[in-house]
Amino acid sequence: MSFLQIQHASKSFGAGAKRHTVLRDINLSVEKGEFVAIVGYSGAGKTTLINMLAGLNRPDSGSVTLNGAEITEPGPDRGVIFQNYSLLPWMTVYENIYLAVDQIFPNWTTERKKTETERNIALVNLTKAHDKKPGELSGGMRQRVSVARALAMDPQVLLMDEPLGALDALTRGVLQSEIEQIWEKNKKTVVLITNDVDEGILLADRIIPLSAGPEATLGPAVKVDIERPRDRKALNHDPRFKDIKLKVLDFLLGAGARKKTTLTRNLVLPDIEPEDITHQPVNWSINSQPKRRKEVQETKIEI
Amino acid sequence: MKKQPLFPYDWIVLPIIGATVILILWMLLSATVAADLPTPGKTWQDSKLYILDPFADRGEQDKGIMTLLGLSLITVAKGYVLALLVGVPLGFMLGLSDAFAKTFDPIFQILRPVSPLAWLPLGIILFFKTGEANSWGALFTIALCAMWPTVLNTAVGVRAIPQDYLNVARVLKLSKWKTLWKILVPATLPYMFTGFRLSLGIAWLVIVAAEMLTGTAGVGGFLWAEYNAGNNARIILCILAIGLVGFVLDKIMGFVEAQFKTA
Repeated sequence: MSFLQIQHASKSFGAGAKRHTVLRDINLSVEKGEFVAIVGYSGAGKTTLINMLAGLNRPDSGSVTLNGAEITEPGPDRGVIFQNYSLLPWMTVYENIYLAVDQIFPNWTTERKKTETERNIALVNLTKAHDKKPGELSGGMRQRVSVARALAMDPQVLLMDEPLGALDALTRGVLQSEIEQIWEKNKKTVVLITNDVDEGILLADRIIPLSAGPEATLGPAVKVDIERPRDRKALNHDPRFKDIKLKVLDFLLGAGARKKTTLTRNLVLPDIEPEDITHQPVNWSINSQPKRRKEVQETKIEI
Repeated sequence: MKKQPLFPYDWIVLPIIGATVILILWMLLSATVAADLPTPGKTWQDSKLYILDPFADRGEQDKGIMTLLGLSLITVAKGYVLALLVGVPLGFMLGLSDAFAKTFDPIFQILRPVSPLAWLPLGIILFFKTGEANSWGALFTIALCAMWPTVLNTAVGVRAIPQDYLNVARVLKLSKWKTLWKILVPATLPYMFTGFRLSLGIAWLVIVAAEMLTGTAGVGGFLWAEYNAGNNARIILCILAIGLVGFVLDKIMGFVEAQFKTA
């Protein structure tokens, strides 16, 4: 049995006619120390998948296990890095991270908790922003705080939900390198959710595409057998990189692409009495009939 | 962002012009149609004893204006603190528990619009045995009427807490107590202060009405006494003093509120 495992998990939301299945028959196994990236469309259910691993919601059927034990609720053994950082705006960087340390290691001395908090701040290069509040930080810095907070919990698994999704391309690149360095240092098990195939290849040991919703499911995993540390520039010319990217995109654009649905829409054109401006005055009475009666046009739209 | 001034010192020049316009209107009114309305000059003549010796204490209702305002403010402060002590926990319960909200929200909505003038007699009856029914009744009325904005704003604030913050609490497995103090209270604070500010405004409105009806010493009681004595000028003095204090209180609360606005 794998370290972190999802078996035949499905998840639906809503009730009655509005009920829709977001995830269907998800199977995933992650080994200890492995870095797995899940790549998929926006709105496919990626966040639902990570919330299932975090224990923030439960699958309708199937099972999610860590170390063989069923995940039923959130816990500090799984550090979550949220898409929108989820920092507490009334606390400084230090206080945000200290809250986590204080909570996870209640038996430590205050001195040790402080040192551990400082160490994690230094790890993400934020020592200068130590006493700043999240509102005073840029998006990239906020996400670093979020990473530091998750690391400070010393979790068995790090769950990252599109951690760099809201950042510009350059900041994204810098943080990708930092995440890789941090992972190299402590070799934690990581599940990264992203919509960027390149990001997945740069960071992960294995990439798994998630098909487009509704009823999204995981496609065949693609192993990234490129030695680390990976150089972003050199990577672009590496034939293995192109090969992996092609395999992932093949699934995402082929079998896993969005199922097309057609939608019929009625366009109702109104009654019209065109005015003839060449003949003055216009004769209009209560009995005049529209020259063109209303009509209904039917259009089909493919989405 | 600060707006561009219309001209230098417009923030002081324009309000003075506004006040002057009102003063002229007042003079015109008392000179023409409203003969019983004292002119600004007469108002000053009749009131200056109270303004120039603001801390005098000449009798039950006959005190300097600052002493009168002070007495009213003390009563307001007591009632207001009582309103917050009851209102905040009530607001939290309304916001946190659907069952509690469904049970009590309708009755709260019915009690909320009831005028202080309606509560006051009930308050006096309730505290009749204490021997100080008037002051306890006033306190009861202030607390009851001033409580609602705090209750409702706190409840709205609790409901508006982003799911993200609660997720943080769940992932860290914070205890109920720690979630309350580390997450719920700080996240609700800006809403709570909006409620506090509105509550203070209401408390100040209620005190005047309460003092007028009970005849307790204070600026409202003084106003009523002067009305009965036919000193119309001093009624205007009271109105101006009450308005000025209300304005200052609101400014103070606005300043405190701004300190708690988080990003």
